[in-house]
Amino acid sequence: MQECEKELRKVAEKLLAEKKVDLIIGYEEGSLPIRTRPVFIQETGETSRLVWNSRCESNLCSYLKTIKGRVGIVAKGCDIRSIVGLVKEKQIKREDVFIIAVPCAGIIDRKKIEDILDGRELLEGVENDSQILLKGEGFEEKVDKDKLVHASCKSCGHRNPVLYDTLIGKEISQPEIGECSDLEEFASKPGDERWAYLNSEAAECIRCYACRNVCPACYCPQCFVDQSLPTWFGRTPHPSDSLIFHMIRTLHTAGRCVDCGACSRVCPMNIELRMLNKKAEKDVKELYHYEAGINLEELPPMATFKMDDPQEFIK
Amino acid sequence: MEESQVVNKDSSKWEPRIIAFLCNWCSYAGADLAGIGRLQYPPNVRIIRVPCSGRINPYFVFKSLQQGVDGVLVSGCHPGDCHYISGNLVARRRFAVLKRILEFAGVEKGRVQFTWISAAEGERFSQVIKEVTEEVGALGPNKRFVKEN
Repeated sequence: MQECEKELRKVAEKLLAEKKVDLIIGYEEGSLPIRTRPVFIQETGETSRLVWNSRCESNLCSYLKTIKGRVGIVAKGCDIRSIVGLVKEKQIKREDVFIIAVPCAGIIDRKKIEDILDGRELLEGVENDSQILLKGEGFEEKVDKDKLVHASCKSCGHRNPVLYDTLIGKEISQPEIGECSDLEEFASKPGDERWAYLNSEAAECIRCYACRNVCPACYCPQCFVDQSLPTWFGRTPHPSDSLIFHMIRTLHTAGRCVDCGACSRVCPMNIELRMLNKKAEKDVKELYHYEAGINLEELPPMATFKMDDPQEFIK
Repeated sequence: MEESQVVNKDSSKWEPRIIAFLCNWCSYAGADLAGIGRLQYPPNVRIIRVPCSGRINPYFVFKSLQQGVDGVLVSGCHPGDCHYISGNLVARRRFAVLKRILEFAGVEKGRVQFTWISAAEGERFSQVIKEVTEEVGALGPNKRFVKEN
């Protein structure tokens, strides 16, 4: 990990010095323990701020849509799939992005750490390859990183980049990923139970739209829920309105969502609706044999059609 | 409107209310043909004419259910017959995912239905409406997405 960081800084320094990019987007240590934050580096000599570890959770691609010029971006497997999606949908130009790829074995879910801390204040966190040491007043706890891995990372089939300009470190081993077991278990429950669960989650939603704002696939200049001429989408935090919002968002990102998990990480209410996105991802794969963000050639499934698409659901 | 009052007059007998989104060029003409041909079909259906099945935003379906309809029928031209060449084919992909996600969320199978009806299929239109009314009637009143007061 230390070596990765060194190499990353070296690459970034070189890119800026050679004026191959105007800006590097990456991660730096945050002001709170065990947190990182996005950093934007334009000057050589500042690249020592860059870090790379399993706490680099943000999907930085969301910034690409608003930044002009040639940008170097530190990207994980899922982030790169987001970039592929954005290039495909003509939101950014491939030649404007210099992808500094880092193989990623999974990101730590800080909500799981919060659960472990259970209200205690964290003053310092030290990470090594397999463990994380949590220090606070009167306590010191070592936790295996495997236990803290984010749900999206557990089912990630693309730890290594699908596309890059330069690779930091070496490619890592990719475990075989089967069907999402949570999804299958949920789908086998009776309809009423599924309905009740989704409703209870949607009831928590405060409609802050953080999930939409952070989503790399959500870039409409005006989101459907913000349309006001007329205001035809329910904007109240009523479970019915909220569930419809989340379901429509799922439909909008169907075949485009790369399951980077950014939406669930930013949710202030810890709503667990990833199931909906996983379901759409699975359906699109089943119906149209398409996986989001794998290559630059294939058209997004909802932007195209075939004469012989399955239509057994149509009377 | 007069009709709906008749349907709901006797509150002891519940009748399903079904909203049908029909494309202008095929299905709506099919409904028209059924009318011209004096074909009988249940009066539970309320028709909304849309330019093309590709015009149907999935939100139409959600909103309909939220507003308390008991069934939604979406109908367009048969594949290959679309007035706009491919509107129904693009829509078909959208509907496939929509239907699956609705059922995944616990909306009963049969609550939201999709069909292709051409302008020449007046008979089929009345048949489809009969079937949909029966199926939705068997499911009972819609409770999903409806806001309880």
